[in-house]
Amino acid sequence: MTIRTPPLLEVNALKKHYPLSGGLFGGNKGAVYALDGVSFTLEKGETLSVVGESGCGKSTLGKTILRLVDPTDGEVFLDGERIDNLPPSQLRQMRRRVQVVFQDPFSSLNPRQRVRDIIAEPIVNFGLARGSELDDRVAALMDKVRLPRDAMRRFPHEFSGGQRQRIGIARALAPGSDLIVCDEAVSALDVSVKAQIVNLLSDLQDELGLALLFISHDLAIVEHLTHRVAVMYLGKIVEIADRHALFSAPHHPYTRALLSAVPVPDPTIRRQRVILKGDVPSPINPPAGCRFHTRCPFVHDRCRAEEPVLRSAGQAGHVSACHLDDIPPIS
Amino acid sequence: MSTTLPSDYAAAPVLADVLPPAKKRGRVAMFVHRYPTIAIGGALLAVIVAIAILAPYLWTVDPTAIAPAKRTRAPSELYWFGTDMLGRDIYSRVMFGTRVSLAVGFAVAAVSSAVGLFIGLCAGFVRILDTVVMRVMDGLMSIPSILLAIALMALIGASVQNVVIAISIAEIPRVARLVRGVVLSLREHAYVEAAIASGTRVPKIIWRHILPNTLAPLIVQATFICASAMLAEATLSFIGAGTPPTIPSWGNIMSEGRALWQVKPFIVFFPAVFLSLTVLAVNLLGDGLRDALDPRLAKRI
Repeated sequence: MTIRTPPLLEVNALKKHYPLSGGLFGGNKGAVYALDGVSFTLEKGETLSVVGESGCGKSTLGKTILRLVDPTDGEVFLDGERIDNLPPSQLRQMRRRVQVVFQDPFSSLNPRQRVRDIIAEPIVNFGLARGSELDDRVAALMDKVRLPRDAMRRFPHEFSGGQRQRIGIARALAPGSDLIVCDEAVSALDVSVKAQIVNLLSDLQDELGLALLFISHDLAIVEHLTHRVAVMYLGKIVEIADRHALFSAPHHPYTRALLSAVPVPDPTIRRQRVILKGDVPSPINPPAGCRFHTRCPFVHDRCRAEEPVLRSAGQAGHVSACHLDDIPPIS
Repeated sequence: MSTTLPSDYAAAPVLADVLPPAKKRGRVAMFVHRYPTIAIGGALLAVIVAIAILAPYLWTVDPTAIAPAKRTRAPSELYWFGTDMLGRDIYSRVMFGTRVSLAVGFAVAAVSSAVGLFIGLCAGFVRILDTVVMRVMDGLMSIPSILLAIALMALIGASVQNVVIAISIAEIPRVARLVRGVVLSLREHAYVEAAIASGTRVPKIIWRHILPNTLAPLIVQATFICASAMLAEATLSFIGAGTPPTIPSWGNIMSEGRALWQVKPFIVFFPAVFLSLTVLAVNLLGDGLRDALDPRLAKRI
């Protein structure tokens, strides 16, 4: 047996429950099960996309890994070192390696800071450079994200959405990070700008060996960018697979439904559409058994009683949480 | 170069410019045009500040000099605003009274903004403090501010400094509430989360990301506090719980003229006009600043 080097990021049974307090005196009235036992690994230089409907917990996953919110339970390892329970002093050092790009390019930059100060902030925080060296680093970062250097002295409101997102990416790269959590990083952009930013991200990944945790609801973008895909439903991962396996041979009925909702740019192709009925159940009171059973077209008795675990579904690394194996492929 | 056209050449007549030529304005005129309330309020306030500074040189006499033989004279060439019950020149008293009003207004605005900002930032950032501090602030706000000020004045004695303290304590909860609200909404902004993720320490987050964005509403609030503090000072002086009677302040002059206001209305009239104009100037300035700094704030305050 060879000694495995630990993956860059390993998430193990991560849970985040937001307690619900109601009434005047804040009595405890249950919890929102935003994340309910999520596990996956992410290798160096790899992109893992997390997809799912609104409210399935994908943003909470990103925030919990970034420790913007504290996990309720579970473990997170960075390079084999546990990071979910670090004391504040060591937490800051961890933050140098894990950065974030947010969805809204208009609220993610302080309107009263100049671009140079925005990009320099993480470098200064970690004491990585100062003086003219700092200016050089900021200039190099701006070259990397293809922003003109004279943008340094400007304020964020002088830029378009795509340019602002480049500023956000430069800030995320600034401390020499290994992992960037892209929380819907391109969802707010125009289609053409979206493509530019996605290409920029994958170029940067090739150049710097970054790992990306790409949180998105847009499967078309994900297919273009990612190595692997994790599909989330109601706080749980229902399927993880390589991009190719997931898009060509999806196993879980939910994944099939998501894929069949992606528009195909050819009007002559007639597809069998899987259209889900109803809404996502409330994460306050998730259904027993398989969480998807209320909307699944292949539901049977076992689904209502027994919660399926992630198990192998064909190729190596392809796991899915469904009891069934004989669902007919979509034509 | 001009070309001569044949006389029978069919040419359309020269059209008049569709748009009237743009008026050329200087920078000052541009500013007045864009922000008329700031310009008017600012100009009025500048005049009043000038009066306060230059009071001794504005043809005034000693505002405390008593002349019992010349009591309650009507306004005339000699006594522009008349004299009061002790024969003191009301014009001089009003001019010098400007100093007290402005000093109290500005001092209260500064003190209550600074303290309220600090309390608001703490409450907005420290969860445990929030509940305790804001309940104390609610408690303070449940007492009518003028009553609170009267009680404090009775407790600590009459002096201009104590007037400032008493009115400030009554105004602090308003600032603290405003700042806490702004801080709570700013904390949710992605750039604050990004700063946390970039390892920025809490004091620096407050200093760099929170504080600069609270200043605009705070400045606006400070101008309104300044105006209401001047009114509160006059009110306190009027009921005898404010500036000691030896110091000429608008409230004191009105208070002393109160007994005679039906027969000698000018004693109350002149300080009242000045007080109203000053409060109007400060409020205009505040309104204008609010609209100029952030149009969205117009509905929030």
